[in-house]
Amino acid sequence: MSTATTTLVTPARTVTVGLSRVGYEIRSYFRQGDSVFFTFLFPLVMLTIFSVAFSNASFGKDAAGHSVSAAAYYLPGMLAAGVLLSGLQNMATDIAMEKSDGTLKRLAGTPLSVISYFIGKIGQVLVTGLLQAALLLVVARVLFGVALPTDPAHWVTFAWVFLLGVATCALLGIALSSVPRSGKSATAVIIPIVLVLQFISGVYITFSGLPSWLQNFASVFPLKWLAQGMRSVFLPSTFQAAEAGGSWNLVGVAIVLGIWFVAGLIVTRLTFRWIRKDS
Amino acid sequence: MTESVVEVSDLRKNYHGVEALRGLDFDIRRGETFALLGPNGAGKSTTIEILEGYRDRTSGEVRVLGVDPQRGGLDWKARLGIVLQSGGEQGNQTVREQLRHFAGFYPNPRDVEEVIASVGLEAKASTRIRRLSGGQRRRVDVALGIIGRPELLFLDEPTTGFDPEARRQFWLLINQLKSEGTTILLTTHYLDEAAQLSDRAGIVTDGLLVELGPIDTIGGAQARIPIVRWTRDGVVREERTERPGEFVARLVLEGEPDRLEVIRPSLEDIYLELVGAADAAAELATSTEGASK
Repeated sequence: MSTATTTLVTPARTVTVGLSRVGYEIRSYFRQGDSVFFTFLFPLVMLTIFSVAFSNASFGKDAAGHSVSAAAYYLPGMLAAGVLLSGLQNMATDIAMEKSDGTLKRLAGTPLSVISYFIGKIGQVLVTGLLQAALLLVVARVLFGVALPTDPAHWVTFAWVFLLGVATCALLGIALSSVPRSGKSATAVIIPIVLVLQFISGVYITFSGLPSWLQNFASVFPLKWLAQGMRSVFLPSTFQAAEAGGSWNLVGVAIVLGIWFVAGLIVTRLTFRWIRKDS
Repeated sequence: MTESVVEVSDLRKNYHGVEALRGLDFDIRRGETFALLGPNGAGKSTTIEILEGYRDRTSGEVRVLGVDPQRGGLDWKARLGIVLQSGGEQGNQTVREQLRHFAGFYPNPRDVEEVIASVGLEAKASTRIRRLSGGQRRRVDVALGIIGRPELLFLDEPTTGFDPEARRQFWLLINQLKSEGTTILLTTHYLDEAAQLSDRAGIVTDGLLVELGPIDTIGGAQARIPIVRWTRDGVVREERTERPGEFVARLVLEGEPDRLEVIRPSLEDIYLELVGAADAAAELATSTEGASK
């Protein structure tokens, strides 16, 4: 009667079910009004505000002597912030909520594997993060006339910084989801962390203008490196001089993001449970 | 024929030094519907959650479909259907989307449209779950519990919030599942429902199984003796007798009695008597304990 079910746990099936969850998760995401605003559209709103508020200011000059506009100057920071919001903030609050509202308990009683569940989550972050980045780039180009890089090398850098950033932030979000005691307190716990990181990591405030002790502190966290990687793609090479050590330091970007990726993976592996038994 | 799907022996569970379960023993046979009854806080949900693998026991032996629930893997879960007490999920999917998605977790699921029809939600199939009423959401829970064609179905207070028509329809569904051979473990506060659906029942009070047996003999023969009740000279009188017809015939010889009733104790009456007796015993135990200090 039950012998046919031993084929359930195969890698192919885990992936198929995981992919079906990607669509399911994306549908849920876009049907949730507050997540669309606070994680998806937020960087776009900030980019618009900065671009309009400082529309007459110049943020420096490129090698040919052209002035860099506010939109061009803030675009890399907003792309980095988008990765952080779509990855870390979204995952941390979403999973904390699912823990407390019974979603995970229901899933725990079905033959869904944890791996399929994570494929769904990370797939959702990847797709919404890509759409968000595309929207930011299109608005920056069309509405604010930002010149985007034309050579493939810059876009290759963008691709790996973006992918590594998304994966790292998603994992850190999953790891952080076990911190809030309830779904309701999740946003209160997570949003301050995310906000402070954005202020000290060169998203809203020029990083080189911060006191050096704060720069050193911020350098421990991934967002500073993510923003730096994005600046290397979208800002003229003349801006490199303003960076620490006078270089984009892409190797440093890869190493720090890589370390946080592995840390997120280990913490997730050790702490994630469908439910807290005996709570 | 007597293969046990659930085997429980000397099941105990302590929470922070409090004994929630104090040694339960029962079996559920294949194809049987078994009701676990008892007041709130008696240990019903703790028991069912241990069987589902959600909680770890303190001691005792448990086998569900031949597997220790603390070690149940995905293949084991694929053979179960679980309807928990209601949660507060977001409900951003429509009824059909949710069922189609969950059907994909199982190796041999039921047809989605058939399941929607069997819980009476055809008209709401394209509605997001968050927009449904409490009773309708509960029917979605039941639908999700049976979508995977389970061998063993856990129903923890499944009909909470149902209107009478929905409850009748639910009973039809359960009878259909029974006829297909599904084994069912049910907890409910509606004793008419337990009497209607289950073959056997266990009554839990204060972490102990105080009664266990076929639904039509539970409480013993004594508890089922009919009661004749009538009023004479403004006083309500009662007589328990195995031969109520004969008794009434004799009564009538003295003149037509006022407000004559012959009452056959329902499961609810028997249950209340058993639970009441257990409560009284517990109270007596605590008061003597207090007195001896």
